[in-house]
Amino acid sequence: MTNKIWVYLDQFKGKVSPASWEAIGAATQLSKEFGGGITALVFGKGVEEIAQEAITFGATEVLLAEDDTLNDFRPEPYSSLLAKLAAEQQPEVILLPDTTRGRDLAAMVSIDLKTGVIPDVIALEVSAGEITATRAVYSGKLISKVKCTARPYIITLRLRTFGKPESDDGRKGVITRVNIAVAEENIPSKVKEYIRGEGSVSLTEANVIVAGGRGMVNRPTLTPPAEIRGDKEVDKWRTQQGFKLISELAETLGGAAGASRAVVDPGYVAYEHQIGQTGKVVSPNLYIACGISGAIQHLAGMRSSKVIVAINRDANAPIFQSARFGVVGDLFDILPPLNAAMRKRLGK
Amino acid sequence: MKAIACVKQVPDSAATVSVQNGRVTWGDAPLVLNPWDEYAVEIALQQTEAHGGDVTALTLGKEDEKEALKTAIAMGCKEAVRVSDPALGATDSQATAQILAAAIRKLGGADLITFGMQAIDNNSGVTAVQTARLLGIPVLTLVSKVVSLDLTTNTIVVERAIEDGKQVVQASLPVVLTFVKEVAEPRYPSFIGIRKAAKAEVKNLSLAELGISQPQSFVRWAEITNPPQKQIVTEIISGGSPEEIAENLADKIMAEKVL
Repeated sequence: MTNKIWVYLDQFKGKVSPASWEAIGAATQLSKEFGGGITALVFGKGVEEIAQEAITFGATEVLLAEDDTLNDFRPEPYSSLLAKLAAEQQPEVILLPDTTRGRDLAAMVSIDLKTGVIPDVIALEVSAGEITATRAVYSGKLISKVKCTARPYIITLRLRTFGKPESDDGRKGVITRVNIAVAEENIPSKVKEYIRGEGSVSLTEANVIVAGGRGMVNRPTLTPPAEIRGDKEVDKWRTQQGFKLISELAETLGGAAGASRAVVDPGYVAYEHQIGQTGKVVSPNLYIACGISGAIQHLAGMRSSKVIVAINRDANAPIFQSARFGVVGDLFDILPPLNAAMRKRLGK
Repeated sequence: MKAIACVKQVPDSAATVSVQNGRVTWGDAPLVLNPWDEYAVEIALQQTEAHGGDVTALTLGKEDEKEALKTAIAMGCKEAVRVSDPALGATDSQATAQILAAAIRKLGGADLITFGMQAIDNNSGVTAVQTARLLGIPVLTLVSKVVSLDLTTNTIVVERAIEDGKQVVQASLPVVLTFVKEVAEPRYPSFIGIRKAAKAEVKNLSLAELGISQPQSFVRWAEITNPPQKQIVTEIISGGSPEEIAENLADKIMAEKVL
């Protein structure tokens, strides 16, 4: 009998997105209500190891497709394949991690399967075979509970929201190889190149984020070398000094460095670091906001963080209202000794 | 070339949004062009400026919705089209995509169809991909740079921002694109643009004029609520020197057991 709960495992260049295991964890919870096991889907090239690992995390069956056309993620061939398999086997639920690829695939396959898609879900409830999914809407200002009348449910799960299950080498499962659905000449796009990002830890997957804002600019006593001239260049230079401190602490904590819009818009910090309504939405266990006032648009990107620490010179900055711990002080004074103190405690 | 920018009207990003008596309200906050859609309009304008042609702004909305379209016209779009129908209730993303796809066909299609990466009200970020699939054309999401667009070979090359860096992708035209912020700085409406927008006629299309009946919505909001009030007691960490503060804070962080 085919399983009712399917999980799409997202991978990039053969490396699985950790959120894929979180999706298996969520699927395990659902399968208690729906009965049966969990089918994991692994598409790519050279990804058999992921299929085997999926079993240790709780998949009872893996549908594995390996082909040159699947080497780079493209929504069209991935969607056609997923839709073909789902049409044949009629699952009740397809869960995907809400990565860039997972979101695109979920959207496209919802059209192929003529069903609804519920993206970026933060909680799932099941009652009498019906799922109610919880989502944050209006940039987290409101919470909506969502139902879907068609099947299968296509649901993407917000990263770092559903617990990662324990892996167990003793688990058993079956890997079934499946064929592709679309030949290369019928795929309308080609991936030409990949340019690696600068950070080693992806913000959306990071357990810890240290982020800096306008407070990095605002350090008049920090004097730039003589060749840095002009207000904007000086501001940029000061921001870079601040961001160095941010990045150092992030590295000590095994996390990623973020920034607020205030320093990204003028071009002082690269956009890939921006957190907030027009940047990334993150939910790390620890978020250290340095020199960030806490505008509503920034909160939209990080308010679901578990523990928030705010370091700001302005005791009235709104960020303190969201923070578990606050330091009224300048990040340039606090971060170097904080980095040293954390290194000591972490044995680094 | 022809471009269609699909836009949505939403409450301003700084609005205080809440649920009162079961209804979503944003007080007297203004309704604006969805901030992400500014990039969709900007790139459509840039590409038509570079390659000739013009941009139509397309929205799905109530008959009196005009702010998003006015901004799009003021930025430089030539035409504004609104699909509006009294029979139309709430639509999910799939139904919205069905209507947009029908409208795009009705408008004769386009080489470039642009969307914001998501709307800041329902935060779904799926409509562009769904619309592309319904139209049977490729989609490139999260574009951070348009590298080249060639109308003789009907190809576009873009850079996409993904978790792990940038991906350079080529696709055939017509194509649907969505954007991240670094793709461009959206222009401010010019004075002439604003005057033009004030006088611009919005072309209304009904579902009958699109030749479709109301598409089915599968997803519905069963409940909408204010988020639970987190009881946060902020503990201010103090000390006689930055070093002492840092030591105290480090102890607090360790005690939270989140590392």
